[in-house]
Amino acid sequence: MRAYALRRLLALIPTLIFASLIVFFTVRMIPGDVIDMMMSQNDISAGQKDREQLEQALGLDQPMYLQYFRWLGGAVRGDLGHSLWQNTPVLDQILARLPITFELGLMAIIIGLLIAVPIGVLSALRQDTAGDYLMRSLSILMLAVPSFWIGTMVMVFPSIWWGWSPSLVYVPFLQDPLGNLKHMLTPALILGMSLSAITMRMTRTMMLEVLRQDYIRTAWAKGLDERTVVIRHALRNALIPVVTLIGIQAPLVLGGAVIIEQIFVIPGMGLLLLDAVGQRDYPIIAGVFLVVGVAVMLINLIVDLSYGLFDPKVRYR
Amino acid sequence: MTLALDTPASVRPRRGSAFFKFMGRLFREKPLGAAGAVIFIVFLLCGLFADILAPYGYNQISPINRLKPPSWQFLFGTDNLGRDVFSRCLYGAQLSVIIGFCAAGLATLVSIVVGVVSGYIGGKFDMIVQRMVDAWMSFPDLIVLIVVVSVVGPGLLPIIVVLGLLLGVGGSRIIRGATISVRENMYVNASQSMGASTPRILLRHILPNVMAPVIILFTTRVGFVILAESGLSFLGLGVPPPAPTWGGMLSGSGRTYMLQGPWLALAPGLCLTVVVYATNVFGDALRDLLDPRMRGSK
Repeated sequence: MRAYALRRLLALIPTLIFASLIVFFTVRMIPGDVIDMMMSQNDISAGQKDREQLEQALGLDQPMYLQYFRWLGGAVRGDLGHSLWQNTPVLDQILARLPITFELGLMAIIIGLLIAVPIGVLSALRQDTAGDYLMRSLSILMLAVPSFWIGTMVMVFPSIWWGWSPSLVYVPFLQDPLGNLKHMLTPALILGMSLSAITMRMTRTMMLEVLRQDYIRTAWAKGLDERTVVIRHALRNALIPVVTLIGIQAPLVLGGAVIIEQIFVIPGMGLLLLDAVGQRDYPIIAGVFLVVGVAVMLINLIVDLSYGLFDPKVRYR
Repeated sequence: MTLALDTPASVRPRRGSAFFKFMGRLFREKPLGAAGAVIFIVFLLCGLFADILAPYGYNQISPINRLKPPSWQFLFGTDNLGRDVFSRCLYGAQLSVIIGFCAAGLATLVSIVVGVVSGYIGGKFDMIVQRMVDAWMSFPDLIVLIVVVSVVGPGLLPIIVVLGLLLGVGGSRIIRGATISVRENMYVNASQSMGASTPRILLRHILPNVMAPVIILFTTRVGFVILAESGLSFLGLGVPPPAPTWGGMLSGSGRTYMLQGPWLALAPGLCLTVVVYATNVFGDALRDLLDPRMRGSK
């Protein structure tokens, strides 16, 4: 197991290097107007001398490869540069926002599982009945409904019908846990609903496969009741591959969080990115981009390693 | 001993009849997928003929008709500037068709080139390419889109190119998998031993045999692209206004007036959901009929 984990970590290095190249060069494709924009916003007359000074201060006057190694060296040591506008360390800003997006994502994944697993199991147990078709159609529908539309409707219709609208004031969890959960519940529910579609299909497929196994027939033959057969024997085995879905869903959660955070004014990573895009604050854009990519890779690694805990048949070589 | 017989022209299967046979199977075996195909075609026609079908221009402002609820005159009502929402939805379909087909087409092309070449050549080349694909795929699509659009600026062309490249690299995995299984076939070995060049083998023997996943990939990508573009437009990073994108109609100034005109929140989202749902069920049905190995559910 330790050797496997080490090998996986080593295999992560080339992927990380490619990822850092993608981040650096994507963000450095800036058509040069960031300097103009900064100068105009700071009301500096765009003289050539000022421009050169600013470029020097931002390190943009050096050759591209030097800029990359300087940036990478800093990133490895946890220094992602400073915000162009606020001059605060990028890492500090990201670390302040990361737990908020993590909380939203975790709540969404839990809600997604709570919706998907019972429906997936029921759909498999009643295979090819009207209920099964309805639930399967519902799962494809949930994949098609854009979360920003549901978010918009949640903001509009309850307010018209019942005079209720979701809270848009963020309070930190440690300050007011109940108020925090009240604010986060609706966005997490919307994000969780779209995640549940894939999980539901996977649960159904796996349940159908497991229900046809010999040991399930044995369990029925022993005279066990349906509850025990389905939950203790079938579901426990069917859910193992569903764990891997958490790894697959990590990018979906982080991507979806950007839109949801914007609608419900949640000060997470998504809102930080959007604000940075609005201000063209490239160090923050690059920082968020890199942290999100690394987070997805690490989540996938953890999911792969934890697979053995759920399935004793898995042996790491 | 082998016999070489010329097939008479009269018994050669005609392409047209194969298409109709396939459509017949689609309607018989996959009614939901067939319904999706019909909606998909209607959407395509709406997009193509939006200029003829739309009763008003997409930016035709009429101050006396501000925020009118749906009626026979304005089927989906009007917005805060008095523009007809139905016409804007039709023009929105046009933009979605253009972006959906161009970006999905580009994505499929990129997937084919990367997937077929990487899968066929194999070895160290394949390993390096796959690590790059790994790195690329670890970034959430929407975040890559936001970052790239923030750098290159919004607009129709950047969005098509970025979406095409983004999804193309991700989809190359599927084509690579199919190529690896086709590569092991005897006919590929035979043409290699006859001295056929690599491009000839790729074009004549590998590509025609990975067409099923290619078609499926294209169809599923159309829905995804439409959804991704609308998400970007919603965030104000898509095709700039006054272009009537479905995502853009749900955000911006229209959003402020939704409490007075709730129909503004309904129509674009409903169009989006119906089209993406239809594309998804059509794609699923195609997958089941064309390539049963890729079937996700029983």
